[in-house]
Amino acid sequence: MTDVTPETTSYLAPAEVEDVELYHPKSFVTKYIWSQDAKVIAIQYAVTAIAIGLVALVLSWMMRLQLGFPDTFSFISPEAYLQLITMHGMIMVIYLLTALFLGGFGNYLIPLMVGARDMVFPYVNMLSYWVYLLAVLVLVASFFVPGGSTGAGWTLYPPQAILAGTPGQSYGIILMLASLALFIIGFTMGGLNYVVTVLQARTRGMTLMRMPLTVWGIFVATILALLAFPALFVGAVMMMFDRLLGTSFFMPQIVEFGESLKYGGGSPILFQHLFWFFGHPEVYIVALPGFGIVSDLLSVHARKNIFGYRMMVWAIVVIGGLSFVVWAHHMYVSGMNPYFGFFFATSTLIIAVPTAIKVYNWVLTLWRGNIHLTLPMLFAIAFIITFVNGGITGLFLGNVVVDVPLSDTMFVVAHFHMVMGVAPILVIFGAIYHWYPLMSGRMLNQAMGHFHFWVTFIGAYLIYFPMHYLGFIGVPRRYYAIGETEFIPLSAATLNEFITVAALIVGLAQVVFIFNLVWSLFKGEKSVKNPWRATSLEWQTPQMPPAHGNWGKELPVVYRWAYDYSVPGAAEDFLPQNLAPDQVAIAKGHEASGVRAAAT
Amino acid sequence: MILAFVLVVLVVGSVIFHLLSPWWWTPIASNWDYIDHTITITFWITGVVFVAIGLFMAYCVFRFRHQEGTRAAYEPENKRLEWWLTVVTTLGVAGMLTPGLFVWNQFITVPKEADVIEVMAQQWQFSFRLPGKDGVLGTSDTGNVSSENPFGLNPNDPNGQDDVLIEAQDLHLPLNRPVKVLLRSVDTLHNFYVPQFRAKMDMVPGMVTYFWFTPTRTGTFESICAELCGTGHYTMRAVVVVDEDSAYQTWLQEQSTFKQALAKNRNSTGSKLSLALSKRQTGSADSVYGVIPPKRNSLRN
Repeated sequence: MTDVTPETTSYLAPAEVEDVELYHPKSFVTKYIWSQDAKVIAIQYAVTAIAIGLVALVLSWMMRLQLGFPDTFSFISPEAYLQLITMHGMIMVIYLLTALFLGGFGNYLIPLMVGARDMVFPYVNMLSYWVYLLAVLVLVASFFVPGGSTGAGWTLYPPQAILAGTPGQSYGIILMLASLALFIIGFTMGGLNYVVTVLQARTRGMTLMRMPLTVWGIFVATILALLAFPALFVGAVMMMFDRLLGTSFFMPQIVEFGESLKYGGGSPILFQHLFWFFGHPEVYIVALPGFGIVSDLLSVHARKNIFGYRMMVWAIVVIGGLSFVVWAHHMYVSGMNPYFGFFFATSTLIIAVPTAIKVYNWVLTLWRGNIHLTLPMLFAIAFIITFVNGGITGLFLGNVVVDVPLSDTMFVVAHFHMVMGVAPILVIFGAIYHWYPLMSGRMLNQAMGHFHFWVTFIGAYLIYFPMHYLGFIGVPRRYYAIGETEFIPLSAATLNEFITVAALIVGLAQVVFIFNLVWSLFKGEKSVKNPWRATSLEWQTPQMPPAHGNWGKELPVVYRWAYDYSVPGAAEDFLPQNLAPDQVAIAKGHEASGVRAAAT
Repeated sequence: MILAFVLVVLVVGSVIFHLLSPWWWTPIASNWDYIDHTITITFWITGVVFVAIGLFMAYCVFRFRHQEGTRAAYEPENKRLEWWLTVVTTLGVAGMLTPGLFVWNQFITVPKEADVIEVMAQQWQFSFRLPGKDGVLGTSDTGNVSSENPFGLNPNDPNGQDDVLIEAQDLHLPLNRPVKVLLRSVDTLHNFYVPQFRAKMDMVPGMVTYFWFTPTRTGTFESICAELCGTGHYTMRAVVVVDEDSAYQTWLQEQSTFKQALAKNRNSTGSKLSLALSKRQTGSADSVYGVIPPKRNSLRN
């Protein structure tokens, strides 16, 4: 990157796409319910996702109660326990994290950050939300059908997912598969919007390599999702056929409780390949938006450019690409051809390199920064240490032979909760504390925020760090009760009790957070415009919160990247992306040398 | 300030917990100490990275916290530093991957002299089959499974007639003899896992999977199912006893072969296994999926 004086960057290509005329809502219903405004859709997505996420939180409490205090809660039967873990996992991964990052933050931030008036297909965008809501309702309905929701585990492995020995065989599994299919249809409508908007609707001067990393993360994650979800879609449809029409895509010959079933010739492992061809990219569908957002939070609140921006962009792209060739590392002990292990272990460990680079660059952004320990910054730093911890245990599980003793134990549970549960959720919290003033015009309450932060960060670490060691002992996952087992010491039960207590406390802290969200909406301190003094475009709108159409008469024009913080010679420690070079205030004593601003 | 302190406590605390906590590997009882060594290498490399990043971050938070009048440095990139970190990371990754792949090659290469045994799984129990005097397991097919022939062996295969069947009882293995474990299931996915042996593999209906190991100390070990297989998953256990050779031979003499079992089943009400099956079929919905307490008795004798 060359440092040049701002004057040389003032030429901008003329706009290639004309400004669009948006649909203007006329009634309350078209403005806030059947809304085509990406910002309203974003909030609809976010509220729905958080609501269903709270259901998943309650499910996790019940499952932890069972694990911590077995033989105590008579309403948790073995069937119910399997239903709890299944629904908790599925809701968290798909209906909360995917929906909130892409449908929520994607919808809100993409048009604002690239300087567009809205998504390019607002009507399809509206449909996307309503199909998502339908998917959530179908999922919730499965709690109430005879036999209850499916207890097949969130991976839904056949044959057991559709056999009588698994709860929810009669209706639960059907509704689950239908809900997933609906979710994917809804997501595809939204996802096409995000990709096309980033490619086609950027404002003048907003080159790809000037976009904030938040947009990069969401953009690449959406591409991954558009390519990965179809594998899950066909898997769900084929399993639905196996269940309802008696086909045998995934069903070999089976004798169930002494009775021969009318299946034959199918392959259970085929489903696992389809599932993980989706399932591994899914990890990065959740992680990449988190990577992007946390980069921006660190940069804004450390008043410093993100370190190694171009490397960060390429790391996102490379991680996204590699995530499609590592899926079978979830299947090392599945019985697939063992020679696959060599390839998938190698590809999996290679992915650690660009991921590690991202971590280094986040930490180097703090180095020689001007760190404001605001709530978003606290969450961002907590994310880094949590992600590093969860990431390195991935190096254990990815290294094929190490996975053999550890797979299907609590080590795996601890690993994926740390890396794709706690870490992305910490980013979500940071992002909400960061952008809440933009969305509502008010700040979230600080005291409640600090309470929420400390309990969540330390509590989650206390839950998941010791859990790895249960896996080393050999404690298996998805066990309703471990009973007396020869190789498991009694102290493991004490540890389980501790984890349960910690989980209940961390869960309660989330209630404080939800209360804060609602309370601050009415009683929160009014925010000034651009309270964090950020450079990116979403803070530069004429109104805050931004009005329908985002910008006034004219779209903003972009002159610089999103990271001009603490530029030597400038009077302010941040230069908004749409600040023209000749309007930059020069600090005293620098008049002669001018401002050095990065330009690409 | 508090955050820097908490980060240091968290990093140091994690290391102390790792060193002092009572929870660690179950003592090994097989030849796969190679796996444990690979894990030790991985712990060292990743542990150093974790401590370094955590402490460096704590230092940054403390040293570069906002103070009146300070301003952040302006440094968009540093190619040399970025390349340097990339190379070191790649070396670290190679340091873990190389021994990992080396041991994986051993894990999937079964020694020629290994004894062959079979574990058969069904909801929710394990059964075992030994090849008998001819040293060859007879062919089997899920389609042959019946109350008379719960293993689904091919009744016309001469190799199968002397196969030793161990229905829902403890498996014995001779000490220090490599054993190739063939894995088979008749209903859904299962997994045969003895933590002390370190090895495990899924059992998949419609195919035969395998792993191998050499038991290196005598004792009684509990195996568990490690792949979700329905409501009774957590009750699915078996016991593996590793014997000195003489004790093993004594036990082996007491077992009956497929031929004997078939004759006996035709004359009586069927095997224990088929009894268990028919009980499940005729029971109420509750008893089919109800709580089945883990089998404990065989460990207590």
